[in-house]
Amino acid sequence: MPNKTILEVEALKVHFPVYGGFLQREVGSVKAVDGISFTVEQGETLGLVGESGCGKSTTGLAVLRMLPVTSGRIVFEGDDITKLSAGEMRPIRRRMQMVYQDPFGSLNPRMTVAEIIGEPLEVHRLHGARAERRDRISELMQMVGLRGDMVDRYPHQFSGGQRQRIGIARALAVEPRLLICDEPVSALDVSIQAQVVNLFQELQEKLGISSIFVAHDLAVVRHVSQRIAVMYLGTIVDITSRDDLYTSPTHPYTQALMGAIPVPNPVVEAQRAHATIQGEVPSAQRPPPGCRFHPRCPHAMPVCREQAPELKREGQTSVACHLYS
Amino acid sequence: MTLLQVRNLKTEFGAGTPAALTAVNDVSFDVSAGETLAIVGESGSGKSITALSILRLVPEPPGRITAGEVIFDGVNLLKLPEEEMRKVRGNRIAMIFQEPMTSLNPSLTIGLQIAEPVNLHKKLPWQQAFDKAKELLDRVRMPDSRARLSTHPHQFSGGMRQRIMIAMALACQPKLIIADEPTTALDVTVQAQILELLKELTRETGAALILITHDLGVVARYADRVCVMYGGKIIETAAARELYERPLHPYTRGLMHSIPRLDQPAGKRLVPIRGQPPNLAQLPTGCSFNPRCQEAVDRCRSEVPALVRASEGHLHACWMAPHAQ
Repeated sequence: MPNKTILEVEALKVHFPVYGGFLQREVGSVKAVDGISFTVEQGETLGLVGESGCGKSTTGLAVLRMLPVTSGRIVFEGDDITKLSAGEMRPIRRRMQMVYQDPFGSLNPRMTVAEIIGEPLEVHRLHGARAERRDRISELMQMVGLRGDMVDRYPHQFSGGQRQRIGIARALAVEPRLLICDEPVSALDVSIQAQVVNLFQELQEKLGISSIFVAHDLAVVRHVSQRIAVMYLGTIVDITSRDDLYTSPTHPYTQALMGAIPVPNPVVEAQRAHATIQGEVPSAQRPPPGCRFHPRCPHAMPVCREQAPELKREGQTSVACHLYS
Repeated sequence: MTLLQVRNLKTEFGAGTPAALTAVNDVSFDVSAGETLAIVGESGSGKSITALSILRLVPEPPGRITAGEVIFDGVNLLKLPEEEMRKVRGNRIAMIFQEPMTSLNPSLTIGLQIAEPVNLHKKLPWQQAFDKAKELLDRVRMPDSRARLSTHPHQFSGGMRQRIMIAMALACQPKLIIADEPTTALDVTVQAQILELLKELTRETGAALILITHDLGVVARYADRVCVMYGGKIIETAAARELYERPLHPYTRGLMHSIPRLDQPAGKRLVPIRGQPPNLAQLPTGCSFNPRCQEAVDRCRSEVPALVRASEGHLHACWMAPHAQ
């Protein structure tokens, strides 16, 4: 497959102002995303992982321009979309769609499945004829594994896993080029999660769609993504192929994450070192100077406290750590 | 030495109403002194209600324990008058809940909340109880413990609050700690810290631990023995190693194949369990798992399988799995 870049994000920053004091002046900002760069290639799934508050969901929303971008550049299929107006974004959004985490909150309870899946077709004026739209809806339902006779049911008549399928069908309705999935399986039970994960993989293969898969569960992310970007406190600490992630994690934070996740095998677990990293993620309003991970890093050196490491590429792997420069 | 014997426990909700259901159905298991028993299952499997039933904390109505025995240290807790039961809770059996935010009182200082059980159960005067509270905070590695005594729960992060919960649980040197999804709300690096702490402290104090979780990785790392629950029943129980090496019940095997694993090459398809977890109010006849089971035969649809022995310490409730002669 020829490598064609579908999305390019450059030095993206998303800061949220914090108001305080008697006059409610702006007293600071939460640096939710603070200068990250990455690309998504044609047909590729990029995983975005990290703990709560690392900025992974904010990144997904910012790429869709659903949040104001503070600075940086977002180039989608060759077009710089960073500064487009809401009206100009509308045709672009046909090509980028979102799948949300909460299968309960993201579907309108007063709409039937047909209306939910049909709405994006209506918004983007696709498949205008009634019969044609009906066909497209049943095709989509089949694609995500829902029975055709469920078409007139309401969201509350479905289980969590089925609702997530409806959300996926809705996102796929307009044949997007890029799918942004924000924790799409975290609300689901293990046995149902596997069904939806498999559906994602099938759709990737069948439709060749590119996606950004945002989640906190590293095992799930690694399973569906070709490359994985690990985020910490608004920055990307490394980007690795899924195979290198387990065999040779580079950044100390990635190593710590890997070590913290128990493997479902008691024999393996008995042999693994369970060194835990100390402390918790600091506030994004006052991130530590230098490398943001240095207060928790077992390898921190003087330079780490002063200078933020840049994300440097070497072969398949990019890493932002002074140990590797 | 057997510390806790649960025998044929049955907990029903809404008896006599159309929505009547049996959340815990004929559940029996033992906990030996000092061991860690994991109870695994998906949502609605009855694992949390089992824990609440042991401490008689099931809200009544709508819930009611309708049959069985819970023998702790030779005494049937289900027969104790409420006053006597209060002397057991938080004293000889302690509980750690999933939500450290809602299980701490937001308006009381944490010093008071930790000292309270010590004062109540051990009859220590308040001043000494507060000293003990400080000691306990040191043991759960709370920095600056003396000053922390006079702070309130909202001043702590989720991980720190869970440390406070552990300190409270340890306050009266319980013989048994029941932890219901203690780290589900926490990030992975903090989860690892909390679970390592819990393991270390239970080992030090010799307390037994019932760990309720849905995470098969956590079970592999921390449990000595495992009970797998489905549809309100224990469907398989074995030593942890044995269960992962030789899962006998099709549901247990299905769960193991449903999880993406970090220790295996990525991208391999998962083998999900088909269908949905059962609705406890309308359980299928025969084995509750039969509609989702690939191996089900006629007998599975009509007769409920009992828990039978496959080998020493390994029990399962499946008509098709091998059992000892």
